[in-house]
Amino acid sequence: MTINQSGWKPTMGEAGAPDGETFTGNRALMLEEPLIFEIGGADTTGVDIDPPAAHESRLGGLERRSEIGLPGLSEPETVRHYTRLSRQNYAIDLGLFPLGSCTMKHNPRLNERLARLPGFADVHPLAPIDTVQGALELIHELAHWLVTLTGMHSVAMSPKAGAHGELCGILAIRAALDARGDSRKVILVPESAHGTNPATAAFAGFTVEDIPATAEGRVDLKALEARLGPDVAGVMITNPNTCGLFERDMKAISDAVHAAGGFVYCDGANFNAIVGRVRPGDLGIDAMHINLHKTFSTPHGGGGPGSGPVVFSEALSPYAPLPFVEKAADGSFRIVEEETAEEHHGDSFGRMTAFHGQMGMFTRALSYILSHGADGLRQVAEDAVLNANYVLRSLEDVLEAPFGGSGPCMHEALFSDAGLADGFTTLDIAKALIDEGYHPMTMYFPLVVHGAMLVEPTETESRAALDQFIGALRSVAERAKSGDERLKSAPHFAPRRRLDETLAARKPVLVWKELPVADAAE
Amino acid sequence: MRYLPLTDGDRQAMLARVGAASIDELFIDVPEHARLSGPIEGLPNRASEIAVERHLSKLAAKNLAAGDAPFFLGAGAYRHHVPASVDHLIQRGEFLTSYTPYQPEIAQGTLQMLFEFQTQVARLFGCDVANASMYDGSTACWEAIGMARRVTKRGKAILSSGLHPHYVSVCETMAKFTGDMLETAAPELAARSDIESLIDRIDDDTSCVVVQYPDILGRIGDLSALADACHAKKALLVAVVTEPVALGALTSPGEMGADIVVGEGQSIGVGLQFGGPYVGLFACSEKLVRQMPGRLTGETVDAEGKRGFVLTLSTREQHIRREKATSNICTSSVLCALAWTAHMTLLGEKGLRQLAAANHARACSAADRLAKVRGVELVNDSFFNEFTVKLPREARPVVRALADRGILAGVSLGRLFPETKALANGLVVAVTETVTYEDIEALASGLQEVLA
Repeated sequence: MTINQSGWKPTMGEAGAPDGETFTGNRALMLEEPLIFEIGGADTTGVDIDPPAAHESRLGGLERRSEIGLPGLSEPETVRHYTRLSRQNYAIDLGLFPLGSCTMKHNPRLNERLARLPGFADVHPLAPIDTVQGALELIHELAHWLVTLTGMHSVAMSPKAGAHGELCGILAIRAALDARGDSRKVILVPESAHGTNPATAAFAGFTVEDIPATAEGRVDLKALEARLGPDVAGVMITNPNTCGLFERDMKAISDAVHAAGGFVYCDGANFNAIVGRVRPGDLGIDAMHINLHKTFSTPHGGGGPGSGPVVFSEALSPYAPLPFVEKAADGSFRIVEEETAEEHHGDSFGRMTAFHGQMGMFTRALSYILSHGADGLRQVAEDAVLNANYVLRSLEDVLEAPFGGSGPCMHEALFSDAGLADGFTTLDIAKALIDEGYHPMTMYFPLVVHGAMLVEPTETESRAALDQFIGALRSVAERAKSGDERLKSAPHFAPRRRLDETLAARKPVLVWKELPVADAAE
Repeated sequence: MRYLPLTDGDRQAMLARVGAASIDELFIDVPEHARLSGPIEGLPNRASEIAVERHLSKLAAKNLAAGDAPFFLGAGAYRHHVPASVDHLIQRGEFLTSYTPYQPEIAQGTLQMLFEFQTQVARLFGCDVANASMYDGSTACWEAIGMARRVTKRGKAILSSGLHPHYVSVCETMAKFTGDMLETAAPELAARSDIESLIDRIDDDTSCVVVQYPDILGRIGDLSALADACHAKKALLVAVVTEPVALGALTSPGEMGADIVVGEGQSIGVGLQFGGPYVGLFACSEKLVRQMPGRLTGETVDAEGKRGFVLTLSTREQHIRREKATSNICTSSVLCALAWTAHMTLLGEKGLRQLAAANHARACSAADRLAKVRGVELVNDSFFNEFTVKLPREARPVVRALADRGILAGVSLGRLFPETKALANGLVVAVTETVTYEDIEALASGLQEVLA
């Protein structure tokens, strides 16, 4: 028997395939695809490059002598390879993607078109300033709207993702403390925080302490106040929080932290729930990152790139990172970098990334903001919140909603695994949803709820799409409560059944290696 | 609004199901003082597709695109021709609009692609393993220093004077907060890089030496002796590659003994994009993998024994380990990694070598031609597709004057190292396959006029 192109052994040989199996491993439109290393060759290429007129070598005697081991494919093979792979992916273009705290909303294609205009896409970050005035104007314009929408004082555009933005905010807090000779070391982080929050604080040299949540799923103000003191540099809070709730006491929290000499960082991952209706600046926040890919719809791209500009209060603005764009008195734009920083921003904590940040994301985000406008952005928050509450109220009779009694949720609805039959878990529900044609919701997060299921429908889902999703989740929940064993082996219809993650971690295979001949010919 | 499917009728019916009289009731937990009463100041209401397109197109038109001028800028970002099929593939919705592959059964497309990407990066860099991308080269460079600290339990990193100054700035920013000691210096306008002086400075406190290959002036130094010197003192050698196309022609850092190789992947598949998004490359030896930052994709099997791929070794990551994670990174650059790997697959071994040869040949021609301009001196005795020339006067105003003539001449060292007066006359010139021989002639004659 031979290994077919997809690297797994068909149950039948060349003679034929029984019911339910095929010779190729393909299933009609669902196609198996080998690795490029199994189909490409060292002599194959999908590009035609004119040979150089002359051959000479000034490579310092370091000419490559070894083979790299990079297989090539022709253009048709390449297009087919990645197109086939793409069909093994779930995506927002295929259906509802209810990942709580991740905000998978529709990605308008106008944004893609505009980001590809040569005047933005084909411009070098170190090009002479006179030749990039439009790009700088775009950054300046987007910065203006981010400051306006958040009611803050300034914005750092360069952070390259949400977690990079968190780092930016925390570094600004550190710099502000250092400027007053204060060596506070503790950052308080509520239990419900994203894992990036404690990791960021630790990365910047702080120690992290947890703050518990109330029975209602919000930060325990009393516990927070009790912990405040001269060693506390600040708190990192997510608002709306990861239980899907608005932190009612946000202003009181900010006031208490400020009174104790600390700063307030807000994880802005959920800003899409309140954009156009609430300005974080009015809640006493000192720094907040904005995930452009979430609130302003730049595509997630399978896990990046993101973009995480950080808005600052007046107190932290002097410490913001370089470089940034500034409008001069004559209406022209310039970049303030290290060389020009002294005259303006001598207190800046420095540079976070080589160039100006995610220009390609700025283009998309500005396109989104202008497309919606003032009325549309307000509608975005309202529809996101309405859709989440619709899901919450439509399912709380079959799925336990631990904070359903503590008022409306914001843009995401939180359920728990309480009430499932013995031995049935959130994971089983998630995998069964795959068979129903949905990407699962966020599982086991936030940690404050046992077996959490966090559903975020976003504002770009229609009522009909929500009704169908609610029906599917209801059906799966009922089966999990009645102990339907089939759920435990779901998914049954996905390109792959449950994958062995333990094996992958115990015996890591991180790069492709050619099979020894003996194995291949087994 | 074209992006919002709910109708007013839907909204009323849904509010009834929810049990709220109005949408305001759903915002009841927002304190009165924090609710915006009116519209957002200054922002007009919704705009049609054509109106938004008009506005952004006007902004784009104010920029001089690289393709519209003889173009010689590099210094960490390079202009290469990207095959049309690459942009087509990354715009497929199943890639563009998918999420981090946390549900592997329905994310095999992204996961397999990342496994292929990891293998290509590891092979190109001459390392055992690579991760599934970082934000960019500069942040990857810092992550490598942090990793060296965790591995060696030492806190002093020696940075080559040939390391991109913006990368140095990023590392300095972070080191202020983590307590790492960094030894840095600005380069000299000399033919050879600083490898010998780096070797002399390694001691028992050194966590790593960070060296760029080719360096910021375009010079190529043999890293073998440096690697041996690092290992003799139990320090790590970190190599930084800002132009991965160079490795189609050059011995890889891993083959010369580098323990960690990081890079900026922008030049393959991604495009200039005024600085981002880019893709950080990160590879290392197998024994260091558990201290590696970022995501990793691994091979495994499913319940039916079929080969499949999953995100793995996640116990290093922030969502599991919180404050004990190897890094706070949660997003990588997956779509850019797809562009990189698709372009690399189109090139293959043969295409990459041809591309590298075409780059080097053009750069040799340009270096010879520019050296003939009166007063211009070639600094490098080795280079790949980027070299430094010394002008008879400050390079910054010369670059500006050439931009006025529609020529994007290169990156002046005065812009990169504003505080080092000795470098002010230096101009870094990058020549890729997108540069024509007419472009080179235009630069040479333009330079001649401006310097006259």
